[in-house]
Amino acid sequence: MAARGSDSEEDLVSYGKGLEPLEEGERPKKPVPLQDQTVRDEKGRYKRFHGAFSGGFSAGYFNTVGSKEGWTPSAFVSSRQNRADRSVLGPEDFMDEEDLSEFGIAPKAIVTTDDFASKTKDRIREKARQLAAATAPIPGATLLDDFITPAKLSIGFELLRKMGWKEGQGIGPRVKRRPRRQKPDPGVKIYGCALPPGGSEGSEDEDDDYLPENVTFAPKDVTPVDFTPKDNVHGLAYKGLDPHQALFGTSRGHFNLFSDGSEGTSNLLGDVGVNKGRKLGISGQAFGVGALEEEDDDIYATETLSKYDTVLKDEEPGDGLYGWTAPKQYKHQTESEKNLRYVGKILDGFSLASKPLSSKKNYPPPQLPKDYRPVHYFRPVVAATSENSHLLQVLSESTGKSTQDSGTQSRHQLNASKRGELLGETPIPGSATSVLEFLSQKDKERIREVKHATDLKAAQLKARSLAQSASHSRLQPSSPDVAHSSWLTALAGQAATPRASNFKPFAKDPEKQKRYEEFLVNAKQGQKDALERCLDPSMTEWERGRERDEFSRAARLYSSSHSTLSSRFTHAKEEDDSDQVEVPRDQENDVNDKQSAVKMKMFGKLTRDTFEWHPDKLLCKRFNVPDPYPDSTLVGLPRVKRDKYSVFNFLTLPETTSSPTTQASSEKVAQHRSSDKSRKSSRWDTSKQEKKENSISEFLSLARSKVGPSKQESSPLVKKEEKPVTESLPDKERNQDVNSPAEESSARPSMDLFKAIFASSSDEKSSSSEEEQGDSEDDQETSREADLKSSQETGLVETAPVVQAIEPALQEPPPPFLIQKMQIDEREEFGPRLPPVFCPNARQTLETPQKEKHKKNKEKHKTKKEHRRKKEKKKKHRKHKHKGKQKNKKSEKSSSSESTDSSESPSGEEGATALSPEELLRRLKRFPLRRQ
Amino acid sequence: MAFPEPKPRPPELPRKRLRTLECGQGAVRAVRFNADGNYCLTCGGDKTLKLWNPLRGTLLRTYSGHGYEVLDAAGSFDNSSLCSGGGDKAVVLWDVASGQVVRKFRGHAGKVNTVQFNEEATVILSGSIDSTIRCWDSRSRRPEPVQTLDEAKDGVSSVKVSDHEVLAGSVDGRVRRYDLRMGQLFSDYVGSPITCACFSRDGQCVLAASLDSTLRLLDKETGELLGEYTGHRNQQYKLDCCLSERDTHVGALVLALPVGPGVVQSLAFHPSEPCLLTATGSSVHCWREEAYEAESGAG
Repeated sequence: MAARGSDSEEDLVSYGKGLEPLEEGERPKKPVPLQDQTVRDEKGRYKRFHGAFSGGFSAGYFNTVGSKEGWTPSAFVSSRQNRADRSVLGPEDFMDEEDLSEFGIAPKAIVTTDDFASKTKDRIREKARQLAAATAPIPGATLLDDFITPAKLSIGFELLRKMGWKEGQGIGPRVKRRPRRQKPDPGVKIYGCALPPGGSEGSEDEDDDYLPENVTFAPKDVTPVDFTPKDNVHGLAYKGLDPHQALFGTSRGHFNLFSDGSEGTSNLLGDVGVNKGRKLGISGQAFGVGALEEEDDDIYATETLSKYDTVLKDEEPGDGLYGWTAPKQYKHQTESEKNLRYVGKILDGFSLASKPLSSKKNYPPPQLPKDYRPVHYFRPVVAATSENSHLLQVLSESTGKSTQDSGTQSRHQLNASKRGELLGETPIPGSATSVLEFLSQKDKERIREVKHATDLKAAQLKARSLAQSASHSRLQPSSPDVAHSSWLTALAGQAATPRASNFKPFAKDPEKQKRYEEFLVNAKQGQKDALERCLDPSMTEWERGRERDEFSRAARLYSSSHSTLSSRFTHAKEEDDSDQVEVPRDQENDVNDKQSAVKMKMFGKLTRDTFEWHPDKLLCKRFNVPDPYPDSTLVGLPRVKRDKYSVFNFLTLPETTSSPTTQASSEKVAQHRSSDKSRKSSRWDTSKQEKKENSISEFLSLARSKVGPSKQESSPLVKKEEKPVTESLPDKERNQDVNSPAEESSARPSMDLFKAIFASSSDEKSSSSEEEQGDSEDDQETSREADLKSSQETGLVETAPVVQAIEPALQEPPPPFLIQKMQIDEREEFGPRLPPVFCPNARQTLETPQKEKHKKNKEKHKTKKEHRRKKEKKKKHRKHKHKGKQKNKKSEKSSSSESTDSSESPSGEEGATALSPEELLRRLKRFPLRRQ
Repeated sequence: MAFPEPKPRPPELPRKRLRTLECGQGAVRAVRFNADGNYCLTCGGDKTLKLWNPLRGTLLRTYSGHGYEVLDAAGSFDNSSLCSGGGDKAVVLWDVASGQVVRKFRGHAGKVNTVQFNEEATVILSGSIDSTIRCWDSRSRRPEPVQTLDEAKDGVSSVKVSDHEVLAGSVDGRVRRYDLRMGQLFSDYVGSPITCACFSRDGQCVLAASLDSTLRLLDKETGELLGEYTGHRNQQYKLDCCLSERDTHVGALVLALPVGPGVVQSLAFHPSEPCLLTATGSSVHCWREEAYEAESGAG
């Protein structure tokens, strides 16, 4: 190859080694596959890997010292013919060749000895040499050694030398002029550690005499710091008894541990001397002397007792430290500070402080009173109420707190606002203590409502999930007592969690709820007959049985919800609170008109739907097609959020035109992802233009985005518009009794509504049965209460209806908002089409039919007296609750919601008498939200 | 070569039954030509897939590995690989030469009605009875599809792929065309369940066969009806349709061929020659034009 390269391809450079040319007819060698590759030692013997415990690779003959023929000592030589050459065996004789190789445990490689390693001067060795020179028979004989210099320098030194370094100099750039040492001014105090008296100062002072400008100096050599880590637990610089020294240094009598440095070196030298006499080689030095060691250093040297101290004396002849490195305590010299000196060995790098430390002041601990008991016990906390005020006083007296007059005491217990209340001050709005008090009334209401709603939702969720198990248990013929007792015990063991207390399954029936709570308390105390006791004795047996069932189920519901339910259910993928679900934005249009178009064979525009579709990026890449929407992240059809339980997700809306719908909804999507800019001008852009055109839709969507689950939020926005509307309808206030409940139902139909429609629930019956007893007394009261209620509701009209405001605005936007309306508010979905039974917004336009209904209602009142009574009875309950809070706006709100409940049931029943199909659909749509 | 260009023959329909292949693999669910039309694939009810030379009638290879009957198959443009889908809900990518399963894509919830390679055989599109079309990456080892097209409301009966379009016929009565270049989905309502939809050879039209015994030729761009072909009766079976090599004839059961008493399960038209394959029962018939003469030495 080289020859060819030299003549023909001179200018080419070849790297590496070419493969050997194949011979004629030779098959190319195949590489050895992995499983056929074996490990072999130097002699080509096959090595098998055994594992760590058997020593890695196999050794010997099946890991024995024998051979195929059996065990034969390899070194056996007949002593008859020729005597064994070697009688003494070293450890090497028992070692494998591998151990002596470069990577074995005793490598026998050629290593440069210390003498030839480098030219750095070992200080100790230097000293030793000096000593040797002094003590040698011929003084100065070591001079010869100096002449014989080692030939080799380490590469580092050579490199440094080539760079101009000389021995004794430091490494680094040359310094121009050493900074002159400032002599400390006598007038200036120096704080901190006193500077050590530098020995170098003097020499520098000498240099300071003459310093030409253009002379530079090499940096000073730095004595290397010993960085050997401290790996023992002794004190600093403490050296434990070296067994080596202890054993071999005995000849010199009492071994002085704390001799100074020069002595230490001499000790070291002595050791070297001892070692020199011994046989070199591998010899165990760990404990004792090996059995094969020829020379027994007197390991069993008799330790005479005279070497030890037999008597304890006051003062030792030495430093008297007995191995302690701590400073010696001189009892007698405490009076004179001058004499106080550090006696122990001064560690390397440390110097004695010239100034003594100022002694710390010690303060004695405080004197304890005589009757002090070092035990603390907690006093019972008693809530301050009117009954136990006396008890409180006694308690406070017992604690030793002052028995002040009650006036001053209460003064300290009151806070500023309470004090102001006592004095009759008007509360300052700014001086609220809680953050919540800073919130406006409306915000508070909203918070409360949201909280209530979430609680209710959680309860409903539980109820729904437990519905199956409950029905199971009902089906099972197991005796109810067993079941009751089982969960009773569970309930009794369970501490009342705050969550549990929030859970009010019978919130709309306060009496029932009260009974339920009572039962819960009883059950918690472990009473077996808890259920029987808290049930209404006036009820019939059947009703009681039913209620018992209900209570037990409800109790089990929340008691198990924490333990068993939590383990069974995972987190929802979609939020239940949101009531919305992701739905493809563009639905394929109704089939009906297409069907007709197909029948007429009018294919084309009528039968075609066009959607925006986002292919996956990878799919585009695989198809060799540029991504049509390079900036978009979504894949497939764009999706929007829709009401989860809306029928319209499952029914296709009968829409006449498809394109406006998509435009309108795309507008919404555009708001969600405003950053989404498609490369080509797609419908996104047009939607933006349109948005400007009809600002109302923009406003609506904005309002919708703000309004979360609670629609009350939008009320401040439109309140101004709302008022004229209400005033323009004076006749509405006349028949308020009918209107206002319907009005409030618009906000959110309550559970009772559905119960009234669909379920013949137990509470209805029970309450009606109750009524028959107290019927006669109620009659007088009812009239008064009705008046009172109407007065309440007159105030209510102005606050509650949010809907009215939106309604006039909604009449303006063009048809594209059919779908949007559906999202804004449930009652607007069917907007103009629905009969106004549940649609109070359409009130203005459809006034007359409502009046008729009102009349109908009255007729019903005559015929069905019970209904009315029931209604009134409910009012009474409410009145009990809210007697005191009538000026409070909050209570008004809550009462309004309740009034909805109570007064709605007749209207609901009325609706049930004549149900239009739309109405049914409408209810159906709402129903799954409230599944129980 | 100074011969004048021969006058283009008038289009002739394959009317002559050239050969009958007895496949011996149960009911032949589908018969497909490969990309150049030299070979054909038959999908059998006995879980096998067979590669034939239809003109000579020789069996080249049998591919077995499906867990249930094979419902459709397609060959890649370079004849190096095949894909097939069957009742075992799996889409299988085969190596033609070795007959080994290269990859099995699982993910469909129902049986796979139709499979198709894209133009460069980088993606396998499979339409299933679970109303989804899944795009499988045949290049990477990703077990899940690149994209799932789940717009169909009912089972997908046929999928065809052009260089930048995916045409899907679904039982919900719609022909959907996904245009990757435009980023648009065109959905044409036809009415009755679509059994098969395919592009015309010039790529301008879409032929859709539906269960109302009608074939409709729709304009691809506008969705307008260009032609309607009736005459056969199909109200029960999944039926293939295809167009002849120059879009001159629609071949579902256009030709009153003396096929026999059975139902023509599947048919495939040769990509460049007037040659038609029909599958009936357990056999496949190969049809050529009248003037065609069998190659000499055919087995």
